[in-house]
Amino acid sequence: MTTTTRSIPDRLRSPLERNLKSWESLLMLVAIGIFIANSFASPYFLNAWNLSDATFNFTEKAMIAFAMALLIISGEIDLSVAAIIALASTAMGAAVQAGVGTEGLVLIGLAVGLACGAVNGFLVTGLGLPSIVVTIGTMSLFRGISFIVLGDQVYKGYPADFAFFGQGYVWWVISFEFVLFAFIAVIYAVILHMTNFGRAVYAIGNNATGALFSGIRVGRVKFTLFLLTGLMSGVAAVCLTSRLGSTRPSIAFGWELEIVTMVVLGGVNILGGSGSIPGVVIAAFVMGLVTFGLGLLNVPGIVMSIGIGALLISVIALPRLWSMWRG
Amino acid sequence: MKRILASRELLLLVAIGLVLGIISSRFPAFITLSNLAAVFNDTSPLILLAIGQMIVILTKCIDLSVAANLALTGMVVSLINISAPGLPIIVTLVVATGFGACLGMFNGILVWKLDIPPIVVTLGTMTIFRGTIFLLTEGKWVNSHEMSDTFKAFPRTELLGLPALSWFAIAAVILFTIVMTRTTLGRAFYAAGGNPHAAIYAGINVGRTQFWAFTISGALAGLTGYLWVSRFAVAYVDVAGGFELTVVAACVIGGVSIMGGIGSVPGALLGALFLGIIANALPVVNISPFWQMAISGGAIIIAVVLNAQANLTKGRIILKRAEHAT
Repeated sequence: MTTTTRSIPDRLRSPLERNLKSWESLLMLVAIGIFIANSFASPYFLNAWNLSDATFNFTEKAMIAFAMALLIISGEIDLSVAAIIALASTAMGAAVQAGVGTEGLVLIGLAVGLACGAVNGFLVTGLGLPSIVVTIGTMSLFRGISFIVLGDQVYKGYPADFAFFGQGYVWWVISFEFVLFAFIAVIYAVILHMTNFGRAVYAIGNNATGALFSGIRVGRVKFTLFLLTGLMSGVAAVCLTSRLGSTRPSIAFGWELEIVTMVVLGGVNILGGSGSIPGVVIAAFVMGLVTFGLGLLNVPGIVMSIGIGALLISVIALPRLWSMWRG
Repeated sequence: MKRILASRELLLLVAIGLVLGIISSRFPAFITLSNLAAVFNDTSPLILLAIGQMIVILTKCIDLSVAANLALTGMVVSLINISAPGLPIIVTLVVATGFGACLGMFNGILVWKLDIPPIVVTLGTMTIFRGTIFLLTEGKWVNSHEMSDTFKAFPRTELLGLPALSWFAIAAVILFTIVMTRTTLGRAFYAAGGNPHAAIYAGINVGRTQFWAFTISGALAGLTGYLWVSRFAVAYVDVAGGFELTVVAACVIGGVSIMGGIGSVPGALLGALFLGIIANALPVVNISPFWQMAISGGAIIIAVVLNAQANLTKGRIILKRAEHAT
């Protein structure tokens, strides 16, 4: 009776969760395999600068993916993240026209991200609305505002030192973005795996009612998670805007789905309750390596997306097929 | 529940009437019969997809692959048309519907047999379908001059003053109103989403019901795929890009609960019409079309708030009640 287990909304431990340890090692094997395959497939792959370039494929998305992982573990989702990037980037672009300096731009980017997260958080926890629809709505709303402001125009003319966030290098080939990515990964790993807050996130994802009766402020935790996701979108907006040096309303279009893919690929249960930050880190590398390796082989981006889509379905389908075959 | 649904649709009808009234006060040409028919025709693809999506959402699932399915099926029938221009239109219609249904079944099988969450499945198949179009064509477009005249003319063929495209939407509305209210399968969709446990005890195979929901959504998407590419006389990779969210938006505005079990064909129809009228009215009232995205976003959020209030009376939100209890 597979249907019975599925239709229980507050599901207990999934098989995925029990195999979590082996999940990350499996993913690690995949990553190493792709790395080796890439280095054989293209002579340009094993080059420090090329590899450094490759990290830009995923660092910005991964920053959001960490916050999104916590959100999905708690049983919610935020599909408006890419739209938040667009809105934050538009706000920064408008600020540039008003002559705001680099520090001000970063503050504006982060503040817009936080504000958007607060809107989502209020609608979901304050009004008790389902997050998937709310964030589909705010996704149109946030990006829609960018379109109203910018239309078919573009914001340019960012100050020269603003470029550091997306184009700067800390040491040799280590980019600022990569350091930021690693730093954020550590912070989220600590939050999720070593604090009371992290335990509360798991508890809410497994049984929100139970968590409430255990004295966890479910609404407040979820609101904080939406704030964090908004903030990370703001951070990603700063990095991406700085890297591109311009803002169009279509910036980061479709990223929300890639970010969700990254999170799910990292072993986070889309229904909530289980997952880990190391898994998401490895998934970020897997997706970055796949797109970069195929890119070196001149495979068009849209064909790569087939690979990403198939990867997403098969990483979930294969363990289930395996257990069906064994059981 | 019937009462809530009725009032919900009435509310939408009033909202649509209000929008039309405001527009007509300054631009009376907008509400002439011929223009309204044109707006309806323009909204027909959205209506067709929204009906399919509504059925999927009823069963607690979501189908994000509809737009990609539409694009892929549209490309497939266009390619068939290039290699066999003389094919009767009825064959094209059957092929489009059947091919779309197969793509929907693929989603359905993954959800039913492998128990993969629908959002993951359709997120994946969405990119796979779009990528497949690229593989089929290497990114080339199928342009107007490559399509046969009968292929292109069909959606415009007029019958009793309305183009065929509109008739398909009308037929789908009637057909699925009957299916949803008068057949066992239709009631099973409501049961599977409204209370899956009770549905199982009532002898309904929830997984199989979801499978049929995806199949219907796929079939409608396939049919719309042909109508879309032939109407615009062009097929390429990014046809209807991002349209899946508009379709979900139409459902939500139409009062379909994302939690499953609540929704109706007239609701989906009105939700689609609401978005269609806004999209068509913006250029008329001289508002930049760039406003459209933000307006539909705002409409979605307002609709969800209203939906949630309808759900509250049923005691659906457990947490809210628990908070009151403590």
